[in-house]
Amino acid sequence: MSSIIEIFVSSLTDQNIALIYILGMCPLIAISTSVKNAKGMGIAVVFVVTLTGIINWPIYELLKSTETTQLSFLVFIITIAATVQFLEMFLAKFVPKLYNSFGIYLPLITVNCVVLAVSLFFVNRDYSFVETAAFSFGSSVGWMIAIILLAGLRQKMTQFSNLPKGLTGKAIAFIVLGILSLAFIGFTGLSLF
Amino acid sequence: MKLIRVKYTKWYNILKDGITRNNPIVIAVLGICSALAVSNRVENAIAMGLGVTFVIMASSLTISLIRNIIPQRVRIVTYMVVISTFVISVQAVLQAFFMPIADALGAYVGLIITNCIVMGRQEAFAAKNPVKYSLVDGFASGMGYTFVLVVVAAIREILAFGTLLNVQIMSVTWENWVVMAMAPGGFFVLGLLIWGMREALKYYENPEQTKS
Repeated sequence: MSSIIEIFVSSLTDQNIALIYILGMCPLIAISTSVKNAKGMGIAVVFVVTLTGIINWPIYELLKSTETTQLSFLVFIITIAATVQFLEMFLAKFVPKLYNSFGIYLPLITVNCVVLAVSLFFVNRDYSFVETAAFSFGSSVGWMIAIILLAGLRQKMTQFSNLPKGLTGKAIAFIVLGILSLAFIGFTGLSLF
Repeated sequence: MKLIRVKYTKWYNILKDGITRNNPIVIAVLGICSALAVSNRVENAIAMGLGVTFVIMASSLTISLIRNIIPQRVRIVTYMVVISTFVISVQAVLQAFFMPIADALGAYVGLIITNCIVMGRQEAFAAKNPVKYSLVDGFASGMGYTFVLVVVAAIREILAFGTLLNVQIMSVTWENWVVMAMAPGGFFVLGLLIWGMREALKYYENPEQTKS
């Protein structure tokens, strides 16, 4: 049990998938212009990443037993695309309220590297099923924390500061991310038990 | 005289734009995950850049060949299947001949699939243009990406390890900047590089756009 909590907490802090492993940068930079959008995207990512992590684990076991692991990229990406498509249809039909709040972000998620990365990382690290679930949920929440923090800072910055012309927009977002990332490195060595 | 005429052909323009005005990293800010994560050593950056260039060119070629028979509705999935096939072959080649580099890149080779540059070029160019131009366009985007990757990696490797391609170039007393080998170093170097290149290309973002 303690190892599962540790995986969860460290994927939120010192193994944060956005700020330490530098994944999912395209949507992180593109959508972090306002806190509202960042929240919508963050929640959508949490849903999809947790779900695909849980679905891909048994599929990888199946590939292992048939010794076709070299096909894993292809199988993972198709699973992800299918899950996203299915989730979109399911939400539109049964939970239209939820669909209206973050449905527009769903199609963007197929090309979010976080989703595929979580699947590739649990393969590399030999996680068990429960560990995979904890890791996928923790990583996606970590990503959501990162995008909301960045969006809050950028929103304030465009209102109050006078930046050099070439630095406005995306370039300054990188500098802010660098500082955030430094702060998250401060969590290294955190131990709970 | 011939040289001057070459300058104005479509080939030359596609190639030049890919590296400067349409540079995927500096202008569109796409595909940065891998650009930051593997750019702490120049050799990794070169391997990654060449891998991405190969994947873009090969999938542009394929998509461009079959562009008239792909149904509009399933085109994204088609791109994904084509791209992942080539990424699998890149990983197989790396593991067979360049084991240390394959280890250093780790899961990031697989993440070429979700590199937005590859997908973006298929959607924006290869699906609409004939094979020869798609190949040149793929090469140009790949080179624009490789160029930025190698520059970032060179700065980071010199500052973080005092070496360039594993050759010691700083004096022995050089104090390594550990932070440059980690994530924040990548963010800072790329942020400043984008600033510099945008200043040089006179490309500015409209602050009103980013406000909403």
